[in-house]
Amino acid sequence: MEVFLQTLVAGILKGGLYGLIGMGMTLIMGVMGIINLSHGQLMMVSMYITFVLFQYLGLDPYIALFISVPCLFVLGVIIQKYLLNPVMRVEAILPHNQLLMTVGVAMVLTEVIRFIFASNYYSVRTSYSASAWIVGGISFSVALCVAFVIACLLTVWFFWLLLKTDLGRSIRAVAQDGEAAQLLGINTERIRFITFGLGASLVAAAGTLLLPIYYLFPDIGGRFTTKAFIITILGGMGSTVGAIFGGLTLGLAEAFGSTYIGMEFEDLIGLVIFVLVLVFLPRGLKGLTGV
Amino acid sequence: MEYFETKGISKFFGGLAAVNDVSFKVEKGQIYGLIGPNGSGKTTIFNLINAYYPLTKGEIYFEGQKISGLKTFQICERGIGRTFQVVKPLKRMTVLENVMASAFLRSKSTAQARDLAMETLDFCNLTAQKDKVAKGLPIASRKRLEIARALATKPKLLLLDETAAGLNPSELDEAIGLIKKIRNSGVTIIIVEHIMKVIMSISERILAINYGMRITEGTPTEVASNHEVIAAYLGEDYSA
Amino acid sequence: MSQYYGRLLLLVVLVAFPWLIGDPYYQHLIILFLLWVAIGSGWNLISGYTGQILFGAGAFFGLGAYTAALLMHKLEISAWWGLALGPVLSGLLAFPFGWICFRLRGPYFALATLALNEIMRYIATIWESLTEGMVGILLMQTFVSKLPYYYIALAIATGCIVTMELLMRSRLGYYFVSIREDQEAAESMGISSVYYKMVSLTIAAIMMGLAGALYTNYMGFIDPRVVFALFDISIMAVLVVLVGGVATIYGPVVGAFIMVALWELFRSGGFGSLASLSKATGWPFMLTVTKYVSEAHILSFGILVVLVIRYLPNGVMGDPAKLRKVFLFWKRQAT
Repeated sequence: MEVFLQTLVAGILKGGLYGLIGMGMTLIMGVMGIINLSHGQLMMVSMYITFVLFQYLGLDPYIALFISVPCLFVLGVIIQKYLLNPVMRVEAILPHNQLLMTVGVAMVLTEVIRFIFASNYYSVRTSYSASAWIVGGISFSVALCVAFVIACLLTVWFFWLLLKTDLGRSIRAVAQDGEAAQLLGINTERIRFITFGLGASLVAAAGTLLLPIYYLFPDIGGRFTTKAFIITILGGMGSTVGAIFGGLTLGLAEAFGSTYIGMEFEDLIGLVIFVLVLVFLPRGLKGLTGV
Repeated sequence: MEYFETKGISKFFGGLAAVNDVSFKVEKGQIYGLIGPNGSGKTTIFNLINAYYPLTKGEIYFEGQKISGLKTFQICERGIGRTFQVVKPLKRMTVLENVMASAFLRSKSTAQARDLAMETLDFCNLTAQKDKVAKGLPIASRKRLEIARALATKPKLLLLDETAAGLNPSELDEAIGLIKKIRNSGVTIIIVEHIMKVIMSISERILAINYGMRITEGTPTEVASNHEVIAAYLGEDYSA
Repeated sequence: MSQYYGRLLLLVVLVAFPWLIGDPYYQHLIILFLLWVAIGSGWNLISGYTGQILFGAGAFFGLGAYTAALLMHKLEISAWWGLALGPVLSGLLAFPFGWICFRLRGPYFALATLALNEIMRYIATIWESLTEGMVGILLMQTFVSKLPYYYIALAIATGCIVTMELLMRSRLGYYFVSIREDQEAAESMGISSVYYKMVSLTIAAIMMGLAGALYTNYMGFIDPRVVFALFDISIMAVLVVLVGGVATIYGPVVGAFIMVALWELFRSGGFGSLASLSKATGWPFMLTVTKYVSEAHILSFGILVVLVIRYLPNGVMGDPAKLRKVFLFWKRQAT
């Protein structure tokens, strides 16, 4: 029983972070209609920034958030502005050029990081990385809990942004109907830049928060892109609320899979879930509820 | 046995009935018109016949056999061709290639398909443009290409969806001429049209619908003088 | 008939090549080039012509490779039978692949194929009792000289190109392109998109599986990371066709040449020129550069993807006008 609860807790806490990853990707998918296969790589860049700040400036990751997030926002805007946006309008034989472009971006990001940092495994071990609170016989990793709380705060902030601000309304308008939004005087191009930046920021936060309890090497980006995609599919494409549930689901699935089947199967589980969901539940978990 | 018949077909999208309990019969060799204001469900009916959408309720019969439930390509094989209201040319292929792609359904070899395609292009007066890429064609040619492509599948029944929209008066006359030519070659036609001149002058019988439901059915004169039809198109004031 | 002179000339050159240039290093490169012509043609068929973007080419290549390897390793049958069985199994794999993936539109199809590719890699890695996992399978190579492998590769590549020429003139070719251009219109024309997409994928899978089987016989060693590789096989397949010219028959030929050359350029540090330069100058800096360049081929691929999609999305053969513009642009800058 204890093992079960332990796994449950771990799954939920990690799931909260995964929700951040999913929300960013869903946002981009909803507004731009593109699947960003460089999402995990953006997260990876943020993790390296956090690592460097920790290693050379002694900055605690939670402080580093204030740097990594804006940095990734800018990077996101640049990518959208110079690489993705121009490709959107071009008529090419291959459909989904944008998808391929994000693959290219992912490759470049990964290899540039590898060039700078080599393929070594790095980790950030803060004073609290290994500590845990023991409540009722279950250990709650301090780092994971704090990360979870911050993730929740960010999620709330994000929804406030989407629902209560003009910017958020503009974003939702463009997501629903880009042309109509333009006719309403919204600068859709600028909104797209901002949205990609925003999506990148969210995943940047997830990366920074995750770093103290994870490890770091250049190929980790690919792993997280896959996870991001699974989360988004689970939550039903284009639903930011769904992304949260998708994140929780994946977090739990991984935790339980890891505990009861075996640690090396963690990634395989995600992939299999992905394929199963695509085949049987094309509208994600929402499809189950018939909504 | 009717040549073509729909029995109580309905299509619901969620709670909204786009088509509601529509039944009509078409005789072989007829030109049968379908009219109604925008959004009345005309194109949806075509989409149901063509199996582009699945039927929520009802059945469709062609040549005495039930076709509701078959897949789109099977319905084409059975002999029902269709054009789309918003034309769908195969953009990166030439006019000839577009029609050849259709012609393969009834041809055994590429040479045979080419011959059938050339014949069809000639019939539709498109031979001069056969090597033009479909993407750059003017609207009148694109509409004719759409028809040519459907004709190359040697349909027995042809569904024409607003083939006259967007044409100027002389192009309109050409279109009407082509439709009559098609009927005279033995193809039964169901035509959805907005432009009264076209549909009233060539249809033998017309079904008028609104809000997905049948208003009335009859000869063009009967339908034109029907009170509800006038109300639907021109408003209550004119129907009196 | 004159249009065929160029292609016949190319064929003659390729046939004569190993006799003219006896250096096995270059023979090796051309063999790789020929393998990529085959894989690229397959990719071009399902993605360029039929419009279903495949990110999982590695799955079919890898299956072909492992079939050949396992025939020898487990059943002690000559791996050359893999050239017959490999494509068959890859073709059969197309069925569940298609069944799962074709119900998905566009990008989701691409990603599903990617997931399946990765799953196969996992299985090959974990199922050690069958595949020896990461240790890989080592085979005794049948021939010492590269020539037999060369000519078999040439036969395979030529076969693929000829198949593409024939296919694209036939009903299948027209149907594939119709599906790509407008699947719904195609259905209304009597084309079963489900059936024909499957046909396209099966033929593509056979081509890739064939290349995989030859790879095993030629290299003598395979492991999951190499043959089911995401970047070195699946993405490379995309690049070969993207760079060379999507939906053109000879695009994969041009692309394979460029990509293999590029890969080798990096791997060998400018065909050994960087290494010579290091030795000549003795600068330690050059050593570092050489080392980095030799590992930078994926970076170059990534940059290439970005540049090609941004500026030349239809590839060299698909957009010759654009290519000319790019070169003329450089010329104008210079004057």
